[in-house]
Amino acid sequence: MTSHPGNRAPSLAVHQLAFAYPDGHQALFGVDLTIAPGERVALLGPNGAGKTTLVLHLNGILTAGHGTVSVAGLPVTKDNMLEIRRRVGIVFQDPDDQLFMPTVREDVAFGPANLGLRGDELAERVRHALDQVGMLALIDRPPHHLSFGQRRRVAVATVLAMQPEILVLDEPSSNLDPASRRELADILRDLELTTLMVTHDLPYALELCARSVILDEGVIVANGPTHDLLCDQELMRSHRLELPFGFDPKSLAVPGR
Amino acid sequence: MSGGHSDRLYVPGASAVHRLPPQCKLVAVLTFVLIVVATPRDQFWAFGLYAVVLASVAAVARVPAPVILRRMVVELPFLVFALLLPFVSHGERVQFFGLTVSEAGLLGAWNVLAKGTLGVVASILLAATTEPRTLLLGLERLHLPALMVQIMSFMFRYADVIGGEMHRMRIARESRGFQARDVRQLRVVAQSAGALFIRSYERGERVHLAMLSRGYAGSMPVIVDVRAGRGQWLTAAALPMPALAIAVTAWSLT
Ligand SMILES: Nc1ncnc2c1ncn2[C@@H]1O[C@H](COP(=O)(O)OP(=O)(O)O)[C@@H](O)[C@H]1O
Ligand SMILES: [Mg+2]
Repeated sequence: MTSHPGNRAPSLAVHQLAFAYPDGHQALFGVDLTIAPGERVALLGPNGAGKTTLVLHLNGILTAGHGTVSVAGLPVTKDNMLEIRRRVGIVFQDPDDQLFMPTVREDVAFGPANLGLRGDELAERVRHALDQVGMLALIDRPPHHLSFGQRRRVAVATVLAMQPEILVLDEPSSNLDPASRRELADILRDLELTTLMVTHDLPYALELCARSVILDEGVIVANGPTHDLLCDQELMRSHRLELPFGFDPKSLAVPGR
Repeated sequence: MSGGHSDRLYVPGASAVHRLPPQCKLVAVLTFVLIVVATPRDQFWAFGLYAVVLASVAAVARVPAPVILRRMVVELPFLVFALLLPFVSHGERVQFFGLTVSEAGLLGAWNVLAKGTLGVVASILLAATTEPRTLLLGLERLHLPALMVQIMSFMFRYADVIGGEMHRMRIARESRGFQARDVRQLRVVAQSAGALFIRSYERGERVHLAMLSRGYAGSMPVIVDVRAGRGQWLTAAALPMPALAIAVTAWSLT
């Protein structure tokens, strides 16, 4: 790793974040989460735990009822919104939601164009981002002609093109066949970008993230090395996190980073 | 406007017509159609010449005649309407292929048929030489309200997604034994349509979140700039200019 956590503000600092939806349903109760530059962290938790709600706070789509979020030292406030949205690259769960432009090129260009890039500089950003996910050959295709795995990779490129401080992925492995799932893992590993990965896919978390946090009913209930958490059967069971049949983390060596 | 369907209208190529900026072609076709419509209907020769002009454009663009003919089926309803006119119209009767028909109706039928056909063929040529996406860029360039162009490009992008959702819902219905036999089943179909609407609405909300997350602040950034030079406008004028000359002559002869 090239970055030195001690020298910089954390890539992401969430402090005592609480939030209730307008209908009164409280989804988060004082969440604390810190991610150092270069770290890849998995956010685990059962359905309805509040994971997506937390993610939507990271770039100010939802604003905290209580508590603070800051990204590389910059607090999430109304005045900083454009810069915050550049710094936090969210890849949503359904690539059909993320890819709304008529061609892959225009879709990847959408973010950086909103930041004011034009001409050659914009074209270069787009090509580089698509190259990072191995999708450069599909640059002129309409998104609806791509396979699901390809669309997910292009969705990752749309936020890479904004050169984010932190990449946030909501269920990145969902609906992928095993080959696409592995290809995406290789891409994410090679990016060497600060990453927060929301997932139910525990082997995927173990493979990609040295550290995990578990969110349940709006509170962080565990935070530690992914391998240790997955081996704690009692903890996993009590938060409705189940390992796939035949998968035994104890039998695996702790993956190095 | 389904994605797959509109893609099929486009005949890939690299001809001079294909390469023209979309806004030039849009203006050329629109002007041509207006001129045709304004031509007096009893100057039959003028319409023959218009057809020659269109045929030349088709030849330059290398759009094969069978392709154009096949797409002209959209015109069928007009054709039927035109065929009926001479029989239902009032006025003086004339003999036509052994039938007694209304003279005004006959001229009216010819008017609808000739002008309609020329307009349809001009539009087919436009669609065959311009990708749907580029067509939208052309509309944007012509200062059509940005919101309208955005809505059309979302239609282009999501037609397949929503079509797919509709298809899956139909399969789910039929897998549970539903058959749309008569109007009594309409209620179920209407409910599905409602569910489809809600799903589409929710998707719209999620797409909006994704747009905000990438810095969207209410207006689409110009990403592909389709600027047209003077030379290109002049090239595009090769369609309406001869038509204008024909129309002026036709008017001076009446
Ligand atoms: N727009 C909303 N209005 C009201 N409640 C919501 C809304 N979105 C989510 N919730 C509720 O908030 C809780 C957390 O949801 P969410 O963050 O989507 O969970 P997760 O992503 O972990 O599955 C759930 O109980 C959910 O029903
Ligand atoms: Mg969720």
